[in-house]
Amino acid sequence: MNNLKSRQAKEKRFQLYGIFSILIALSLLIILFVSIVSQGYTAFKETRIQLPINFNEEILDPNNTKDWNIVKKANFNKLVKNAVDEIIPGVEGRGNKRKLYKLISSSAEYKLRDLVEENIEIIGTKEKIWVLADDDVDMLIKGHIKRDLPESERRIDNQELQWIAILESKKIIKKFFNKTLFTKGDSAESEQSGILGALIGSLFALTITLVLSFPIGIATAVYLEEFAPKNNKFIDFVEVNINNLAAIPSIIFGLLGLAIFLNFFGMPRSAPLVGGLVLSLMTLPTIIISSRAALKSVPPSIKEGALGLGASNVQAVFQHVVPVALPGMFTGTIIGMAQALGESAPLLIIGMVAFIVDIPQTMTDPATALPIQIYLWADTPERGFVERTSAAIMVLLVFLVFMNSLAVYLRKKYEKDIN
Amino acid sequence: MYNENLITEENIEMINENFIEDEQLKIDISETVGDIHVEDPRIIAKNVNVFYGEKIAINNVSIDIGKNEVLAMIGPSGCGKSTFLRCLNRMNDTIESCKVQGEIYLDNKNILEKKTDVVPLRARVGMVFQKPNPFPKSIYDNVAYGPKIHGLAKNKTELDEIVFNSLERAGLLAEVKDRLNSPGTSLSGGQQQRLCIARTIAVSPEVILMDEPCSALDPIATAKVEQLIYELKENFTIVIVTHAMQQAARVSQRTAYFHLGNLVEVGATEKIFTTPQHKLTESYITGRFG
Repeated sequence: MNNLKSRQAKEKRFQLYGIFSILIALSLLIILFVSIVSQGYTAFKETRIQLPINFNEEILDPNNTKDWNIVKKANFNKLVKNAVDEIIPGVEGRGNKRKLYKLISSSAEYKLRDLVEENIEIIGTKEKIWVLADDDVDMLIKGHIKRDLPESERRIDNQELQWIAILESKKIIKKFFNKTLFTKGDSAESEQSGILGALIGSLFALTITLVLSFPIGIATAVYLEEFAPKNNKFIDFVEVNINNLAAIPSIIFGLLGLAIFLNFFGMPRSAPLVGGLVLSLMTLPTIIISSRAALKSVPPSIKEGALGLGASNVQAVFQHVVPVALPGMFTGTIIGMAQALGESAPLLIIGMVAFIVDIPQTMTDPATALPIQIYLWADTPERGFVERTSAAIMVLLVFLVFMNSLAVYLRKKYEKDIN
Repeated sequence: MYNENLITEENIEMINENFIEDEQLKIDISETVGDIHVEDPRIIAKNVNVFYGEKIAINNVSIDIGKNEVLAMIGPSGCGKSTFLRCLNRMNDTIESCKVQGEIYLDNKNILEKKTDVVPLRARVGMVFQKPNPFPKSIYDNVAYGPKIHGLAKNKTELDEIVFNSLERAGLLAEVKDRLNSPGTSLSGGQQQRLCIARTIAVSPEVILMDEPCSALDPIATAKVEQLIYELKENFTIVIVTHAMQQAARVSQRTAYFHLGNLVEVGATEKIFTTPQHKLTESYITGRFG
């Protein structure tokens, strides 16, 4: 009886340990999420200022050609400056003027240029247009720069504060949903930078990875599990090596990619194509191992039944064993892809770490990937990039959570179908 | 539960242990007692030996299997009756370490020859397994699979006919005809086993091998399957491995008693169960071991 009591106590204690460790893990996770979200949520808004732009003919098209090739050389910045002068008149002196114009992001003139290119008839009219504010103004509006700090510790001085107060009183400075973040590539100016370039780079690389590693991985797994001769030294050697590959640090795969794909085959540097190739090297062992586990878990009686009916080995495998194992294979593949999405080390080595403004159009254009964009931004001291780093992490996490839940969903769904 | 289908090391060890035991008993089991020959045989097995690696699992077994008869194979666990059964449609090929020697003639052709194509062989010699193993597909697709891969139906109508006919003959049609699209695995154990029988007869085999087809079923389902076997013998030659001696007595015309890889005695079922000639057969059927 004594024994029974101590056994029950032991069980209780063990349960407590379990709950305790889950609580620790959960609280760490919550701390992580809270810190990311609290730093990053403001990045989903951007500050814009409404300017009364006068598309002045004399500035844009003095000869009235209406020809974009001539108009595009015009001084669009002058339009912005004129509009700012109109809202906040009476600022004297070169230094002060420059400070005033710096409230507006340098992207404003490009926006106007785009508007004119879209519709050349706009020349000569007057329109109110929301343009991006400078990142310092953005930070002030979002409250990351405190107004009550002494002037010397503030990035925005008293005079600029006054001007912003004027804008606020006229209600022509407002926070909008941050479209720039999702539609632009990287930029030196935080208010003009976005994650689209990195996102496309990641998607290109992942597409290559999926296209290569899914069929190769599954074919390897099916061969090793169902067709390869058992107790064959060479097959054993291959198996041991595949298992070892799964444990190799990813940066080594990057070095391999650098040596083979870039130096030997002369593929373009920084391209998602090479990134995808390197990531598929890394993902292959994961897919092979999980697919083999899925194939192993198919009851052998199913294959026997098919063989007993006179199905050939290939028919039995592909018509009965593989379909049952497929959800497990999908799960393994998605988890491998999620791993590849979050991977940065091998991509660093093959040069996908670079300041790339343009959004990649093809798989051979230079690009970065999401985790690398996070790394690049985290390296930048400006306050505007801090919140964008967190925002990019959130986007990455959303993708990872989505992929992992898809894996769980697929597994659950097909398990139900089979049982 | 002990699974006859899985030939494991443990299993083989058991055979060897039994050998030692028997040497102590000093009973000769190397010669088969009774009538191994029948008139008008369908299958003739001559001097069949089966090895798992170095170990011998079937020792020099010769037996005829007649047309349209039910042959029951009985014997204690590990005696090799399932192994012998699986030789008859070369299912032992799937076990890497298994080597089969000797000759098995099906219509004067030695099926153990290397060049024999197992695909048409298995279509002629169908098999029902110990545990019901329907495919994780619909009831219809389970039965239609065999005819499809062997190209037995030219069109959908013919296929439908084969499927319905097979289900009817397996005594399952009335129970499943309004849910042919539900998965085969949703049926009860007994229905699953009859589905597997329907699946087997759908390819019109000449011989059906049954490896303890009722061992996973309850008595009512067992009775149904036995009734089915009784009816099927009109058209098929059936070889059934069973642990239940009453079952052997009920369904078979001839019975073969295996012991430690040897075919000890074979003869008409009535004779085996009433006046067995061999001492071991007698001990087994009277329940002294097994």
